[in-house]
Amino acid sequence: MKLQQIGIVYRKELRDTLRDRRTLISMVVVPILLMPILIFGMATITIRLVEKARSEGSSVMLLGSEHAPELAVEIENHEGITVIPPAEDFVRRIENKDLRVAVEFPPGFESRLETGTDSSDLEVKIYHYEGELRSTFALRTMQSILRNYRDRVVEKRLKDRHLSTEILQPFQTVASNVASPEKVGGQLTGGLIPYLIIMLCLTGAMYPAIDLTAGEKERGTIETILASPVSRGALATGKFLTVLTASVSTAVLSLLSLGVTLRLAPLFVEIGSQKGKQLFQFAMSFSGVVAVFAMIIPLAVMFSAALLAIALLAKSYKEAQSYISPLMILVMLPSLVSILPGIELSRLLVWIPVLNVSLVSKDILSGTFQWDRIALIFLSSSVYAAGALWVAARAFQRESVLFRT
Amino acid sequence: MIITENLTKIFRDKKRGEVRAVDGIDFQCFPGQIYGLLGANGAGKTTTLRLLATILQPTSGTARVAGYDLNTQPEMVRRNIGFLSTATALYGRLTARETVEYFGRLGGQNGSALAERIEEIFDLLGIQEFASRRCDKLSTGMKQKVSIARTLVNDPDVMILDEPTVGLDVMTSRTIVRFIKDCRSRGKTVILSTHVMSEAEKLCDTIGIIHAGKLLAEGSLEELRGKTGLDDLEEIFIRTVGLTE
Repeated sequence: MKLQQIGIVYRKELRDTLRDRRTLISMVVVPILLMPILIFGMATITIRLVEKARSEGSSVMLLGSEHAPELAVEIENHEGITVIPPAEDFVRRIENKDLRVAVEFPPGFESRLETGTDSSDLEVKIYHYEGELRSTFALRTMQSILRNYRDRVVEKRLKDRHLSTEILQPFQTVASNVASPEKVGGQLTGGLIPYLIIMLCLTGAMYPAIDLTAGEKERGTIETILASPVSRGALATGKFLTVLTASVSTAVLSLLSLGVTLRLAPLFVEIGSQKGKQLFQFAMSFSGVVAVFAMIIPLAVMFSAALLAIALLAKSYKEAQSYISPLMILVMLPSLVSILPGIELSRLLVWIPVLNVSLVSKDILSGTFQWDRIALIFLSSSVYAAGALWVAARAFQRESVLFRT
Repeated sequence: MIITENLTKIFRDKKRGEVRAVDGIDFQCFPGQIYGLLGANGAGKTTTLRLLATILQPTSGTARVAGYDLNTQPEMVRRNIGFLSTATALYGRLTARETVEYFGRLGGQNGSALAERIEEIFDLLGIQEFASRRCDKLSTGMKQKVSIARTLVNDPDVMILDEPTVGLDVMTSRTIVRFIKDCRSRGKTVILSTHVMSEAEKLCDTIGIIHAGKLLAEGSLEELRGKTGLDDLEEIFIRTVGLTE
């Protein structure tokens, strides 16, 4: 009988929830659209920006070019570089992003190099804007021009002394990638995807959780249902299952959307750079997706139960939203940490909720399955989930919570 | 049938400390009769009825509603009551039919028997023409009819009505009054709360005057008149309540 009641409550709440526009948007529209927008959008924008910065050409100011006439001509003739006349305010111009870099040659630069005397105190200064993309490009270009020039000077000096240039390179280094494209992609984007799915899991559950608790209080249906022939336990369970359904559907939809997006991405996006290619080569294995999904389930249970318990405290929709925003931040922080490069699962991190799932999902998506850790994390998040469920169940039994004045 | 035994509800309030909202109330309501709890705002009417409807749990004492104990068999109590108040709203996103169906199913009905029951009630109350409309699109009067249908669908023996006509226009409130009288003639036990003297006078077979959580006087209108020597219910009420102040 009780199971039957739970079923009746669940079906009604689900129908009710699916007729709520806010829920539909957060549960269906957002997860389906977010992945393609993010992946197509971010990738294309990044690639375009990088390419635009490259093709646009860099404005370079040469200070003391009279000391380096040969190099000055070379820089001027270099593709993508526009040399502008020297001016006093070059620092301000770089800061204002009107000028990419300024190169300062010391007095007697080329003539001293020519004579071959000790010139190790010669310093060519490149003024740039640290962290600014286009300034960094210009810096790199200038560095490479100067390096080539230096190599030529070295070569000439060696020749003058009748030595071969080979003595400078007794051996070569070759970098060879052994990680599969899956793993490379996993490292590049793997941190972001679990983060997004975890956040969607939470936001997908948020509106139904508020609607089914504080919403009932606000609309005055709570008395109606509490005086009806249904046990509090069945009512709480039915509501919980509805919120869980919303949370899990959000996760499933976002995973599906992600899969389709990654499958279609190479067909639609013109990818110029190597980095872009790598981004899309990140193919997810089916087993990886299933495993991530399995890890997300206890998290979804925890979110649903916690959201219900918190929202039940509130008297109105608005109040519930203000109670829930700290929870959002609480979830956002650990899952954001997992995106940071270099963060890896450790013995301690296995026990930190949200972060553990986020990190293990990153591993799984890049094809690394550490079964002992996976089992431990599943266990620990199940324990947290059970705790949250217990709190929610208690809240539904308490008059002071149901009828807070 | 409702029998309360020393029914008590104490709230703990941070500002006011201990509030005895219902303070050891004893009364009985019989089938085929309407019992009216008459009291000012804050007298304890709503809390008493919420206790009887198992929405709240008594601090001490108990009551038997339709033969079941409030404390030990709350689910059986809920199965046998119809609770209606101005605070019992409807689910706005469900249609009238879905609403009544939901409560019917919770009451253990299903299939064609439930469908027939709903048709019967909808015909009786004139809900058919808006049965497929969502509750948030209905007028106040229509909503009240659907609420009545909701309380009737499981054919409960006991009706608990908290200020059922408050804030309603004349037509809607007449529908409610007709519904209450109808319940009585079908042999149901009806308890209602009101602060409207004329309503108590017109409807109730027994009137209980409640003030500060205590039941101060009880009886039919004639009996109350006899006890106080006053004719007008309002005077009787003021006298009863005032005496203890």
